[in-house]
Amino acid sequence: MSTSTLDSPPVVDGPTRPRGPSRSMRRAKVRGAILRHGGLILFGLFMLYPLIWMAVSAFKPSHLVLTDPSIIPTELTLENFVNGWVVGGFPFWVFFGNSLVIAISAILGNLISCSLTAYALARLEFRARNVYFAIVLVTVMLPMHAVVIPQYIVFSNLGLVNTFIPLILPKFLATDAFFIFLMVQFIRGIPRQLDEAASIDGAGPFRVFWSIILPLMKPALITTAIFTFIWTWNDFFGQLIYLTDSSVFTVPIALNALVDSESNQGTGTLMAMSVLSLIPLLLFFAFAQKHLIRGIATTGLK
Amino acid sequence: MTAALRAKERPPGSPSVGPSPPRRRGRRSQGLAAHAFMSPWLIGLVLVTAAPMLASLYLSFTDYNIMSTPTFVGFDNFERMVGDERFWASTRVTSLYVLVSVPLQLVFALMLALVLDRGLRGLSIYRSAYYLPSLLGTSVAVAVLWKQIFGHDGLVNQALALIGIQGTNWLQNPDSALWTLIILNVWTFGSPMVIFLAGLRQIPEELYEAARVDGASQIRMFRHITIPLLTPIVFFNLILQTIGSFQAFTQAHVISGGTGGPVDSTLFYTLYIYQQAFVNFDMGYASALAWVLLLAIAVITALHFTLSKYWVFYGD
Repeated sequence: MSTSTLDSPPVVDGPTRPRGPSRSMRRAKVRGAILRHGGLILFGLFMLYPLIWMAVSAFKPSHLVLTDPSIIPTELTLENFVNGWVVGGFPFWVFFGNSLVIAISAILGNLISCSLTAYALARLEFRARNVYFAIVLVTVMLPMHAVVIPQYIVFSNLGLVNTFIPLILPKFLATDAFFIFLMVQFIRGIPRQLDEAASIDGAGPFRVFWSIILPLMKPALITTAIFTFIWTWNDFFGQLIYLTDSSVFTVPIALNALVDSESNQGTGTLMAMSVLSLIPLLLFFAFAQKHLIRGIATTGLK
Repeated sequence: MTAALRAKERPPGSPSVGPSPPRRRGRRSQGLAAHAFMSPWLIGLVLVTAAPMLASLYLSFTDYNIMSTPTFVGFDNFERMVGDERFWASTRVTSLYVLVSVPLQLVFALMLALVLDRGLRGLSIYRSAYYLPSLLGTSVAVAVLWKQIFGHDGLVNQALALIGIQGTNWLQNPDSALWTLIILNVWTFGSPMVIFLAGLRQIPEELYEAARVDGASQIRMFRHITIPLLTPIVFFNLILQTIGSFQAFTQAHVISGGTGGPVDSTLFYTLYIYQQAFVNFDMGYASALAWVLLLAIAVITALHFTLSKYWVFYGD
């Protein structure tokens, strides 16, 4: 748009009509903006329509869900939530509790183990540091399917199936190598003079880590926490394998079980429980949006 | 994120170790401290990653159903794959899924990023709205939603009925079931879009100004400035989405009820591994399948990196 203004040099053919071209140009600009916004809004609605439909269907009486495609409901009800609330003999809040325990533990584990490792890789001098860092990068790309079978066999022999340990323990051992990489990159951006000054004052590596690096790397820690939460909350494969007893079901596993269960009263029920299961993610989205977007933009997380 | 790519490309041994070798004593004590700091990761690397990888490599040469002890069978599992219809079906399904959905997703992401880029008002609102499907897309809830939308009385057929088209049950038709999953993956173009937007913002405005002074058209500037400077981001997104799509599991499992049906048309490779390992408990065969996946991803990633030399533009 702005090129066209430069391509055609302003024609000043007299004091009588100095505003002519600028007004028509402004009009063209406004028209362009309206078109662009109109297109973006329409496309956005098209994209989000399934989600809106899900939210509305959750509150529709079941006989209307599949017959009335409109997103303006004629009748509202909570019966869908009541119908889907109990799965496998346990109410949904149990599953929410289980998911939350796993998510919070995973966040703690990742924050502690990854930040310690990242500090060593970014700041301490030792042999083969670059080899270690290369290993971190390779493990980032490693598909979990290559390790999950022996892991399952070991955890199963230890009697830890149907506990949260197989899902939590690896996080305390920094197996989400992506976050190590993210933190190393971040720590490298912190001026070295800060920790050198502390070292001269006699602070050891742990002291430097604890009182200088850790407070300064807060943005990286927040990004890690947010994405660990999202990944854990959405995780299905791991939880499906390890959690087979309905008392330890997490939200996604319970939702998956609901599809085939007797309490499934049709689309309305499924949509109601689906909406419920997404609420924590949506809350995160609403309150941590800036961090979230910045996190994706700078690291490529999903 | 360009930094991320470069770090990955750098040969190990070259990066950023400053020219400040401290005294020997200091160095040794830091080595000790470093290993103490890294001990959780080192333990994890050995016990949770390396050992299981080797174990699954060993298991892939055995017959093992978790109850008995593994018996060594040589290359039997790999020979079995060659004659296994379902192995080939799952390979076809996953390949089609990756080959179609990843390029489509990136095209959408790039187009939207370009529209949103030029100083648009309300950018952050649009960005958030388009990103939302990426946030929710891998959840069970959205897979359940998809199942309702593409069902016989679902939203899609209701919409088609409005324009007089009688739709089928898209999920029970082997010709269309996989396409619903491809649409779902394309629908989550928001996260590569956000990465593209960040990349576009890093292109120096001076380049466009200089080109404008020289009388370059919009199209020329797009071809000769935007596209070349964006290729590292395209490459980054391509690698990320390819690796991710190869490992897709949740959607196919939920939509097909774990079967990969109808007629194995949604049998993702990962779903087949899951069935062999955790439904049939055929751990030996499943390990062999997993190793083939690992090798396939490694080869494809290496290929991407090799080919990138011909089309990815690194300015410096």
